[in-house]
Amino acid sequence: MSLNNHADKFIVENLEVFYGKFRALKDVNMAIRANAITSFIGPSGCGKSTYLRAFNRMNDLIPNTTTRGLIEKDARDIKGLDIVDLRKTVGMIFQRPNPFPKSIFDNIAYGPRAHGIKSKARLAEIVERSLRQAVLWDEVKDRLHKSALAISGGQQQRLCIARALAVEPDVLLMDEPASALDPIATLKIEELIQELKETLTIVIVTHNMQQAARASDFTAFFNMDEDRGGYLVEFGPTASVFTNPEKKLTEDYISGRFG
Amino acid sequence: MESETIIRLSKNKSNQRQAKLIQQLGYILVWACGFIAIAAVFWIMSYVLLQGIRVIDYEFLFTRPAGGVSGEGGISTTVVSTVYLVVLTIAMATPLGIGAAIYLVEYAGEVSKESKFVAFLIEAARTGVEILAGVPSIVFGLFGFALFVLYLRFGFSLLSASLSGAALVLPTIIRTSEEALLTVPRSYREGSLSLGATRWHTIYNVVLPNAMPGIVTGVVLSVGRIIAETAIFWVTLGGSFYLPRTVMHSGRSLALHVYMLASETRAFDKAMGTAAILILTIIVLNLAINLISRGISKRLAGGK
Repeated sequence: MSLNNHADKFIVENLEVFYGKFRALKDVNMAIRANAITSFIGPSGCGKSTYLRAFNRMNDLIPNTTTRGLIEKDARDIKGLDIVDLRKTVGMIFQRPNPFPKSIFDNIAYGPRAHGIKSKARLAEIVERSLRQAVLWDEVKDRLHKSALAISGGQQQRLCIARALAVEPDVLLMDEPASALDPIATLKIEELIQELKETLTIVIVTHNMQQAARASDFTAFFNMDEDRGGYLVEFGPTASVFTNPEKKLTEDYISGRFG
Repeated sequence: MESETIIRLSKNKSNQRQAKLIQQLGYILVWACGFIAIAAVFWIMSYVLLQGIRVIDYEFLFTRPAGGVSGEGGISTTVVSTVYLVVLTIAMATPLGIGAAIYLVEYAGEVSKESKFVAFLIEAARTGVEILAGVPSIVFGLFGFALFVLYLRFGFSLLSASLSGAALVLPTIIRTSEEALLTVPRSYREGSLSLGATRWHTIYNVVLPNAMPGIVTGVVLSVGRIIAETAIFWVTLGGSFYLPRTVMHSGRSLALHVYMLASETRAFDKAMGTAAILILTIIVLNLAINLISRGISKRLAGGK
């Protein structure tokens, strides 16, 4: 596999995230490939979610958090981008499905409406397209105006994916999107992610090693230092990280010796 | 060995019996507390209502008080004054209170990040709100009397009274709204912001609708407070039993009328009648809170 033929969606240089004085993430350098699935693995507290939240500047919302270093998206420093524009193109899926207590339709239409789309026909079209993309359309098409809280957890998570897709992002950040779901719902999400890869860059944090191994193209392994700060141990194509890790630590983690 | 087991068993049994007894005593105790508390409230309410209902008729409701020590006449103008007072006060206090709560919950954290001094100011404001919520209403009355009635020369008027009333209920509205905003899960905010919605769009479309039942409760509690308060309006609204024609006119709220009838006239029965109307108003108000909150919750859950 040649590393230079593909465009990089993100370039990360010397990224550090602090909670107050505590350095939660230190000195991360990485290039994230466009139209590929990159997974972040590592033990709890290793900073992988914090890292993920740096890509759409979600950490800005947490008081006392400071981010240093550089993240470039399509060769532009995300600090210089308008926060609304950044988050419009970088969607995020959370650990627990978080549909708004509104109807299914209003959930999907929320983003487009926030960006000024008012036409009913146009919204209906976006809602259908997004739900089809998230492979949820057939399950909910007859109850679009019923509460989004009435569908199952797995459906809710796909609804959240549809909601993110409705604003047409080119990146989807997923923070353990299947950790609250049963195995069948998890499988559906994984299949969906494979389909979405055609058009999107996907970055996924996961606790589930098998998931990372079978679903991602690249894997980054994070670990926690003695001072509890997270750092990047190893990053590379998933196949080589899992079958032929460069670092002893990675091998120990993957083979289940700690974590 | 065997006898020891038997002793231990019987000891166990007596322990169990004792536990059961304590449980029963506890049950009787809390039942009695509940009964006495509810009975007392019912007794007071039914006494006032039964006494009051005798003087309530068409004439009582639709004529104005005649004034003087006889306490003749009805309550029409006091009902209208009360409505004016409530509407004016709430119209001033609600937007201000909700706005302040939104600032404290949604924006203050970020602003405090910028400088220690701002963080200190915000903390001081928060503590101030808490202290104000516990200040007796007559203190707000004296403040209103000094500032609005005398210094700003608004005189005894609806304006002075509603400004003072707004100051009185503002802490309540801020605090209940703050609590209500804090109960909205962070995941809703994150979900909205992650879609590229602005902060304000998020607050208006996701946070506020979900906090609405709590906010409405705070506002309706404040309405109840304005209807019930007497001392503060005694020193700001005056006590004119004529219909206030502008906000610069004096008036008399229902509670104030009860106080004046009871303390300055012989018409104790009319005071009871007015009190009965007050109680009925409060009951209706409480039912309204329940209906509104339930309506909002249902609409939220139902999606429509």
